[in-house]
Amino acid sequence: MELERTRVDIVRCAKTYADGTRGLQPTDLTVEPGEVLALLGPSGCGKTTLLRLIAGLESPDAGSRIAFGGTDVTQLPIEQRGIGMVFQHYALFPQMTVAANIGYGLRIRGTDAAEQRRVVGELVDLVRLNGLENKRPAELSGGQRQRVALARAVAVRPRVLLLDEPLTALDAKLKESLRDELAELLRRLHITAIHVTHDQQEALAIADRLAVMQAGRIVQVGDGETLYRAPAHPFVATFLGRVNRLQRDEAARQRQVLPLGGIELPCPAPDSVLLVRPEDIEVQPGHAGDGWGRAEVLRRSFLGERVQLTLAVDGQGPLQADVARDHPARHGENVAIRIRPECLMPSHESP
Amino acid sequence: MMRNARQAPWSLVALTALVALFMLAPIALSVLAGLVNNYSTGLKSGLTLRWLGEVWENYGGTVGASLLLALACVLGNLAIGVPCAYALARSRSRWARLFEELLTLPVAVPGLASALALILAYGTLQGFRQSLAFVLVGHMVFTLPFMVRTVGAAFQKDELRSLEEAARSLGASFAQRFLGVLVPAVLPAIVAGCLMVFTLSVGEFNLTWMLHTPLTRTLPVGLADSYASMRIEIGSAYTLVFLIVILPVLWGLQAVGSFIEKHHGT
Repeated sequence: MELERTRVDIVRCAKTYADGTRGLQPTDLTVEPGEVLALLGPSGCGKTTLLRLIAGLESPDAGSRIAFGGTDVTQLPIEQRGIGMVFQHYALFPQMTVAANIGYGLRIRGTDAAEQRRVVGELVDLVRLNGLENKRPAELSGGQRQRVALARAVAVRPRVLLLDEPLTALDAKLKESLRDELAELLRRLHITAIHVTHDQQEALAIADRLAVMQAGRIVQVGDGETLYRAPAHPFVATFLGRVNRLQRDEAARQRQVLPLGGIELPCPAPDSVLLVRPEDIEVQPGHAGDGWGRAEVLRRSFLGERVQLTLAVDGQGPLQADVARDHPARHGENVAIRIRPECLMPSHESP
Repeated sequence: MMRNARQAPWSLVALTALVALFMLAPIALSVLAGLVNNYSTGLKSGLTLRWLGEVWENYGGTVGASLLLALACVLGNLAIGVPCAYALARSRSRWARLFEELLTLPVAVPGLASALALILAYGTLQGFRQSLAFVLVGHMVFTLPFMVRTVGAAFQKDELRSLEEAARSLGASFAQRFLGVLVPAVLPAIVAGCLMVFTLSVGEFNLTWMLHTPLTRTLPVGLADSYASMRIEIGSAYTLVFLIVILPVLWGLQAVGSFIEKHHGT
């Protein structure tokens, strides 16, 4: 099924609710044709508000502009916007069969019966629901329901596909496999999609680009790797993964170094606080000579595929380091640690 | 003796049986009174269908009137109550809450008072006052809150809101989504509401007694009339007629209700 790839432009889009609360600060965002963009953030950050504005389920404040493929749709109600939407709990029509759910939008549009059957059949193949066409939603598993919801949303050939926390309704184990399946389906559909989630793993796995949101505004937009490795904001760093905070005094800052367990790492960044991810702290048993600092293992937690060490380091608070499953470091031992300078992330906190 | 944990203790069984007997005895006696020749001499006077015949002759019309009225009341509630329930469930205004409370008022206010108010307001419209429609209005006023509350609670669920938004996102107009998605989704609540409305309408006496004319008598009003002005055997036979007419209808409606509930997707 070939779908139109539409560019989405959001310009100075804001939402103030009737009671005066600002659900969304004036926001600019562009989604490229065929791109999958995730709106990522904690609950209450405005990501759902932004999605509902794009859908046309909420009307934005005056001066906001939303355009699909260059056409202004700000004033169009959801019925005429040409979007497809997958809801949090799928919102499948309970009294209709799988086939009737998928074909609903076509029926509404008065598409002739033969064409309806053809499109529904094609989508049933695409999302692998063969044999379940006459089941009701209540008889399906969570994953099957999600696929019906997706098929129903794309059956009407929407210009933009919107997904509102599509995996929240599933348990953790299932979530992971369905996440990859959803990512693969979206790639096969080649449709412009905007995906709201609070789960950074989900966003990283599904989206081409992520827009991280906090308190009603977009903090940073970029591909997952850039955001993870070079966050422009401490919130992005902490929300996308775990971080350690490394502190230095003014003198060390002036000399452009960072003290770490008896050595000084070169660190030209202007910040007094630097961030480092647990997997970027290298840990070796014993004393490992030049360029390595000293640390003591305060705690060793075996987490299955990796081991998490809590380290006491001179001049810093306890640090968390992730090491391989078979790493020899044990509780109470002295170890050598090192951080490659390029792994230090500026915190952008004013000194 | 070994006793299964699920088995109720004998004292509870005995108490239940006693209460059931206490409740059923009046019905049985009343039915019996309608079938004997002379109530004061009891069964010795012999059984007869004479009283049933007399009831049918004098009050037969009330059976049809009551069933017709209850049916019209259900249809009226479907036409007014269901959209009203939807509007109230979707409205966030203070006025909507106030209106909802106002709607419930006729349940608390004695039927006589509601009826009097209707007569004061519309009693002078002769054609209307003398028709069964006047009684129907009274029944609607009384039964509407039951339908609106039952169906409104179903419309208020978050899933229903999502269902409506899903239908909108697929391009469905208001009429298309209301009739094609929302009403089917709350069908069990609507069926439950209909059952309640039908039952309430058939048994309604207070309002009806004030609103009826000799030509618009319902079953309960006829019953009161026969108790007041005829032999006790005729009144009792009337009760029997009421049971014979109403029980199969109620059972039938119940069966339809549970069938729909069972075959409903949710």
